Parts: sequence; structure tokens; C-alpha cells
Amino acid sequence: MSAITVSHLTRRFGKFVAVDDVSFDVAEGEIFGFLGANGAGKSTTIRMLCGLLRPTIGTASVGGVDVTRDPEGVKRRIGYMSQRFSLYETLTVDENIRLYAGLYGLSNERHAERRRFVLEMAGLEGREKTLTRELSGGWRQRLALGCAILHEPPILFLDEPTGGVDPLSRRLFWRLIDGFARGGVTVLVTTHYLDEAERCHRVGIMHAGRLASIGTIPQVKEVFAGRPIVEIRVDRPVEAMRALEAMPEVEKTSLFGTAVHAVLNVPASAAPAIAGRLGGIGLEVRAVEPVEPSLEDVFLEVVERASAS
Amino acid sequence: MRKSLAVGRKELRQIWRDRRTLVIVLFVPVFLLVLYGYALNFDIRDIALGVQDRDGSVESRALVSAFVRSGYFKFVSRLDGEGEIEQLMDRGTLRAALVIPEQYGERFRTGHAASVQVIVNGDNASTGATIVGYVTRIVREAAAGVTRSPLAVPVRVEPRIWYNPELRSTLFLVPGLIAFIAMIVGVTSTALSIVREKETGTMEQVRMAPIGSVSFVIGKTIPYLFLSFASSIFIVFMSMALFDLPMRGSWWALVAAIVLFLAGALGTGLLISTIAETQLIAFMMGLLLTFLPTFILSGFIFPISSMPWALQVITLAVPARYFLVVLRGIVLKGATLPALATPILALVIYAVIVLGLASIRLARRHG
Repeated sequence: MSAITVSHLTRRFGKFVAVDDVSFDVAEGEIFGFLGANGAGKSTTIRMLCGLLRPTIGTASVGGVDVTRDPEGVKRRIGYMSQRFSLYETLTVDENIRLYAGLYGLSNERHAERRRFVLEMAGLEGREKTLTRELSGGWRQRLALGCAILHEPPILFLDEPTGGVDPLSRRLFWRLIDGFARGGVTVLVTTHYLDEAERCHRVGIMHAGRLASIGTIPQVKEVFAGRPIVEIRVDRPVEAMRALEAMPEVEKTSLFGTAVHAVLNVPASAAPAIAGRLGGIGLEVRAVEPVEPSLEDVFLEVVERASAS
Repeated sequence: MRKSLAVGRKELRQIWRDRRTLVIVLFVPVFLLVLYGYALNFDIRDIALGVQDRDGSVESRALVSAFVRSGYFKFVSRLDGEGEIEQLMDRGTLRAALVIPEQYGERFRTGHAASVQVIVNGDNASTGATIVGYVTRIVREAAAGVTRSPLAVPVRVEPRIWYNPELRSTLFLVPGLIAFIAMIVGVTSTALSIVREKETGTMEQVRMAPIGSVSFVIGKTIPYLFLSFASSIFIVFMSMALFDLPMRGSWWALVAAIVLFLAGALGTGLLISTIAETQLIAFMMGLLLTFLPTFILSGFIFPISSMPWALQVITLAVPARYFLVVLRGIVLKGATLPALATPILALVIYAVIVLGLASIRLARRHG
């Protein structure tokens, strides 16, 4: 059974269509990543799935509960952690945990037991009396996660959970998320970091309110099927890009660091010939090799196509 | 209910930890009370008086001493001529001058009408009018004392002013101050605390938990009800200590009236918090909707009966107007609640309307 089922979900604010006919499923225990630029409709979708916002059209069920009919029922089954650290900064670690235990109606015994678990998970033992505003970013983030899972929800929504956190803490955080998923928790996460998206079982790319692409990482990379990407290392990349764009075999180019990625509409075996022509106009080609499309390539391609149509 | 309690407990902790707010809510009112209580004093005392006694009789001297004994006037100088009065008045040494003509005493003794001249500096119209009022009273009383002829017992008007026999304006003003301060504390603390949660994003997080908006708001509001109640009672005590405010009615009636008024004030704060998105806007709205009307349109300083009718209609929607009547009634007159049924009903209606509107708006945000 799917943990989350979304069908034809649409939300309008006046004339503006924030979410436009979005449908997808998320299986139990799956980590589903939502990618998209700011304003693409990710947060609006999450807010509808959490029962905070009523859909204009369409239905969604979360943990088997219809979000329109029983938003409070949905709230009992989910944990939510948002892009900003929405903990009370003037409360201590313990007091924040106590508040959420109260909000979710946990019994005293369950509160004590979950409190121990959260403190251990977040590495906050010995800091129970510390004010939240005095914690560093990584700790705060793990405390926020702890408060969101205090009531052991089967489904977890993470809205840009790792913004403004150092790489080490991000890695630690994702290790926790992987652990939850292995324990059967369904995770829906939105992120800007494409390296984080690679850790998701499946991703959905949103653009202008629409779900432009969805699937496992290999599946979404299919957008480049039959169009190999070659990475060309050259001394003057900007000039090389101009020359490549003029060639009929090259569909488009983009700059990746100091290298140029060229999308070809011919098999990758044509790459050496193309490099040869670059050498012919006086550029020093240092390396040419076919590469797997990165998620960034995929994201840009999908967004470009969605904008064009 | 348990969830509201969890929110309330958290709010109390936050208030306790944020000492600045606590100090503002508890001590700024006292500061305001002292400031306004002493500054807003319409009584005029120690008016600098110059006297030109051209008569020098027993009667004229009795009149002068009546002025000085009244406590309103302070004898500053003896004057010799008209020119001197003008000079001293211009310099501000005198605010009033009393000129007693020749034969003042003589005319009294022979049963004729006597007149005295009083010159009052009228550059401040309201002060001037007050001084004239004092003068009239003193002269009338002095004259009555002098006329001892049993045949001509003059009809004496004996004004008796109830509830505030000395007509001290402080006693009239302090209940207004209490209303004013309670309103500010009630409205701003509630509105700011909720809008702050919107600003920091904690509101969004809490709304993801299975707690209704109304339970959340109840939990948040109750600590402020206690806080503003404590603050109100504190200023009542301070008024008694500093300004001799009497307490002629029942404490229970007073407590009930304050709680009722605060319910309306907190409701107003809630309503503001459903509209304002930033603390700054919430504060401005609070100021505009409560501060000014309570100050100007409640009868606190300006009597409602002397306002143009359009303003009088607006005052009907100012809760402080009714609270003032109730407060003055209980504290100064010792009135019981049934005697104050109409203004109390008005306060109930106000509280029900604002709390109703606020909960409708809160519930609608779910949609």
C-alpha cells in the first residue's frame, strides 16, 4: 500500500496556480525527494499533504487518510520539519520536547521514553537545560527532527531540512533519515542540494506548479537517452562552448566548473572527431570523455523542456 | 484541553525567560500611572495672588485671609497701583489680583452691596475659568460670613459634591488611567506574542501538530489574561497608595469587571494578530485601535457629553467607555453590579463580538 497517494492535486491562489494537476505515489519506507526552484510549488504541495491547506481540486491521502476530509487525522500520522528551525529559541531543549509531547498528547511514560530516544539520536544528552538559541545549527536541526518524530509518525515531511547547516551535520542528518526509512518510515523531502537528492529512492522535479519529471535517479536520467554527454577539458572553455554550439552534432553545452559538457545528438563515438575540430581552431583540448548525466544536468534539462512546452 | 495547557505552560516559561516583556508588562503601567497621575492634575493650587487693599478695614482683611486660607491662593505681594498689577502680571509673578475698593467695609456695615475686582490671567482659558470659579466661591462665602444681620439672612447655596467631595480631579482620572493601562497591556501583549510566532515560523510548526487553532490560541492567551490581570490589580493598589483612591464597592465586583474588560482587550489583541503579519504592524494597529480611542473617546479626559454627536456615536464602540463607568461606579460610589447592568452588558457584548470574530478568522485560516 502507498503511504502517500496524490491525484490531480491543484491549488490556486486567486488567478495564480501554485500547484497544477500533480499526481504521484510514495511507497511505504521510501525516501521521496522533491526538487524544484523556489516558488515551483513544493512547499504548497507539502502544506496540502499536511492538512494545512485545502486543495482547490484533486485529492490526496496520507497514511490512508484523506487530507481534505480529516486534516487533523493526517496531522496525527505525520511529522513535519520545516526549512526554518521553528523551535522556540527561548525554551530549553527539554522544554521544547515537553511542548511537542503535550501537543501530540503523549502520556508521561511515553514522553520519558521518547525524550531519551530523541536526546540520544540528536546527541543532546547533557544539554537538556541549554536554551535552544544557544545550540549550533546542526544540533538545532536534529532537535527539530527529534520534535517532529516524537510521536513516532509513520510519515515524515522535511521541507528543506538542511538549509544553513554545515556539511558534517548534513551527512549526520541524512544518516538518521536513512535509518528511519529502513525502519519503515516514509520520508518526503524537498531540497535544493542535488547531492542530497541523489540519496533519495525516487525524485520528482517540479517546475511552475507542475510535476515535470518523476522516477528513480536512473529513470529521470533517461531524459538524456540516446543523447550522450561528453565532458571536454580545454584551455579556453568559453570559446570552446561557442565553437561547439555551432556544430550540428552538438545539441547544447553548459559549463561545469572548468570543463564543458556538450550534449550530442549522435553516438558518443563521434566525440574524438569533435575534439579534433576544436584543436583545429587553435584550442588546446586536454581530455574528452563521455560522462553520465548528473542530476544537475537532468534538472536543468527537465526545467528547460517544461518551460519550452 | 491538555494541549492548550501545554501551550500555556510553554508561554509562561517564555514570558518568565523574557524578563524584558515581564518588566514592561508589570512596571511600565506603574510608570505611566505615576507620570499621568501627577501630570494630569486639573486642580490648581497656590495661585500667585497680588492684593491691593484700598480699604484696610476689618472686613477687607477678612476677605484677603479667606483667599489665603482657601489653599488655592498664595499671597505674593501687596500692590499699590494699577500699573504694578499689569507689570507683575506680564512678568508672570501674578496669576490673579484682588482689588478691594475704598469703603468696602463701610458699605457692608450699612447694608449696601459691595463689589471687589478680581483680575485673572486668562492666557490659559481652562485655568482662568477654574480660578474664576474659586474666586466666586470664596467671595460668596466670605460675604455670607460678614453679613451677620439677623434680618438679612441671605439664602445660601450649599453645594455638596458627592463621591469626590474635594472635587479632586485625580480621583476622576485614576480609573481612566487604570482602564487605559489595562487596555494597552492586554491588547499589545496578546497581539505581539502571536504575531511573533508567525514571524519566527514557530506558528507554522505548531499548526502541523494535531491542535486546533482555537485550542492553540486559548493556551496562548490565558497566561496573558493572568498577566494583565495582575498588572491591573497592581495599578489599582498603586493608585490607592499614591493617590488615595478609595474602594467603596466590593472587591469581587471589581475583579469581575476587570476580567470582563480584559477579555475584550485580549479579544481585540487576537483579532489584530489574525490581520497583522509583522510585530510592527500589530503594534501600530494596537496603538490606533486602542490607545487613542481609550485616551480620547472614553470619557477618560474629555467628557463624552460635550463631544459632537458623530464622535459620541463612535464612543459607543469603545469598551473603555463602559469600563470607566463601571470602575468609577464601584470604586468611587460603591455601586453594586446590578446598578451597573447596562455598561456591564455593553462590555459583555464587546467581548463576545471581538472573541467571536477572532475565532472565526482563526478557524478560516485552515481553509
